[in-house]
Formats: sequence, C-alpha cells, structure tokens
Amino acid sequence: MATAAESIPFQNDKPLVIAGTEYSSRLLVGTGKYKDNEETRLAIEASGAEIITVAIRRSNIGQNPNEPNLLDVIPVDKYTLLPNTAGCYTVEDAVRTCRLARELLDGHKLVKLEVLGDEKTLFPDVTATLEAAEILVKDGFDVMVYTNDDPLIARRLEDIGCAAVMPLAAPIGSGLGIRNPYNILTIVENANVPILVDAGVGTASDAAIAMELGCDGILMNTAIAAARNPVLMASAMKKATEAGREAFLAGRMPRKRFASASSPVDGLFF
Amino acid sequence: MNITVNGESRSLEPGTSLGQLVENLGLKGKRIAVEVNRDIVPRSEYDDFRLSDNDTIEIVNAIGGG
Repeated sequence: MATAAESIPFQNDKPLVIAGTEYSSRLLVGTGKYKDNEETRLAIEASGAEIITVAIRRSNIGQNPNEPNLLDVIPVDKYTLLPNTAGCYTVEDAVRTCRLARELLDGHKLVKLEVLGDEKTLFPDVTATLEAAEILVKDGFDVMVYTNDDPLIARRLEDIGCAAVMPLAAPIGSGLGIRNPYNILTIVENANVPILVDAGVGTASDAAIAMELGCDGILMNTAIAAARNPVLMASAMKKATEAGREAFLAGRMPRKRFASASSPVDGLFF
Repeated sequence: MNITVNGESRSLEPGTSLGQLVENLGLKGKRIAVEVNRDIVPRSEYDDFRLSDNDTIEIVNAIGGG
C-alpha cells in the first residue's frame, strides 16, 4: 500500500526552471529595506529562496570603502543573484545597468528588467520595457521581466524571448495583494515560460493566492522587509508559497452556493 | 589632469591607470564594475587602461534592492 507521502503529488512536482537552471524554491526575494546585512541574511535563509535580487548603484568612494558588502551575506556561489534595473525610467538606463551587472558578476546573464513609467505608481512603461527586452535578449541576457498584469503584453514579452514574465499583483511596495486575479490567471494559462508574480504581495495569504492561481513563483521584497518581524514573515512566505503550490496541484473543490453535509444522511437513528 | 568619478571631480597625475585609481579609492579587489565615458572596462584591463583628462568614470557595486 502506498504511504501518504508517496501519494502526495507535491513530492513529484517539477522544479521551477528559469533559463535552463532548476530551482526547488518558488519564492524569490529582494534585499532592499532591511535594517542591516545580518537581518537580510537571516530573512533570506528563513525564506528558503535561491534567487535573490540586488540593485546596482554607485560605489561609495572616499568616505568608507570598508563598509559592509551585501555580497558577503549572499555569496555568489550559494545563491543565484538577480540584478535588477530598479530606478530606470529609460531603455538606455536599463540596458546600461544590465551590462554593468554582467561585468560586476563575471558574465552572469540573468537579470530582472524593469523600466518604470511613473514615480507615484512605479507602474512599468510597457513600450519601453518591450524595447529594452528586445535589446537585452539579442545581447544574450536571460531576461526576467517586470510588467503589468496585461495578458497581451505578457505574451509579447514571451515572444521576444524573455526567460520569465513577472506581472505585478499591485504597485511595488504597496502590499495591496492580488488586485486582478483573473488577469494573472489568463497570463498563466497563455504562457509557455515561467510566470512569477512580482510586486504587491502584502502577507502570506497573498502569496498563497498567487500560487493557487498557478503562478510558477513569486518575487517579493517589502512584504518581508517591512514586516514587524521580517525573519518570521520570511518563514511564513516560504510556507504560504509551498501551500499555495500544493493547493494548485491538488485542484480546489468547486464553489457551491449552498451547503452540502459532510456526514451521511443515511443511518440517522432519530 | 581632471576626471570625474561617480559625479565628483578629482585631479590625478597624468598617465594614471584605472587600476591605480581603483586602488587609491580603496576598491582594489572589491566586486565592482567600471565604466569610462560610458564604455565598460573589464576588470582584467584596469591596470593597462590609461585615464585621460576629462574622463568620466562610474564605479558601481551591488546593494540591497528588490
């Protein structure tokens, strides 16, 4: 007889594959907004994430060249670093940032492309995003691309050759949760590349909902870093991502308007 | 000669190499990437790369971000 563990399909879930590399964790995390490097390290460890985003900025020259280095707590041989183009509002800045990241990380090709359109919403400038994606793919980058929750744009980014498409759930850093689950669902159903919700998740149930919709993974930063206890929230997000994935694979029951008794009616003795 | 590094002007001895500049800034051996006048200079070429008057240099590294 099969044991319960053997019959749990999660055990046989296929790994997340991005640009030919397999990952067992479907939760990707950022490294911004933490109190210090030690808190960053502990939160990453608790999240179980294998892909970690970083930003590229001017080095601090003169004042304190010996300041703690983020890469000391996320060693490049242990994690897959995902340099982002956060803060870029033009195609040129985004492409330039990716090329610097590739030099910084010894030829590393995986990047997170975001071309922002507006400071208040941080919504993506989708036409600039399409243009930058095209340049970067031609230049040999594996592009994980932040975009809005528009299924048509998601398809076009896939057609361009992006390694993964990452629609927002809500504005970056807003914690508003999955605002448009039906669009996310349509994007997932249309896709032949991994779809990851990137941005907008606020708490563990949001992560579970994204995974229940069939997303291949989730990328988050503020939901963990801005929690009262970031390390505990990182652990919660790990479990929610796994729980949501298992629920998606298990297939939820149909919704019904009225009750359906769990105990049989036959055999009542009164 | 005068150059601009990360937005700040500095004066250097003529003929200074990029490798010397990086060392003077305390960044030798650190994980950085460098652009001179918008062109990336690979790490292996720092020592052979002679800086010129009015060069604009950007030195970047990885920091926390999402």
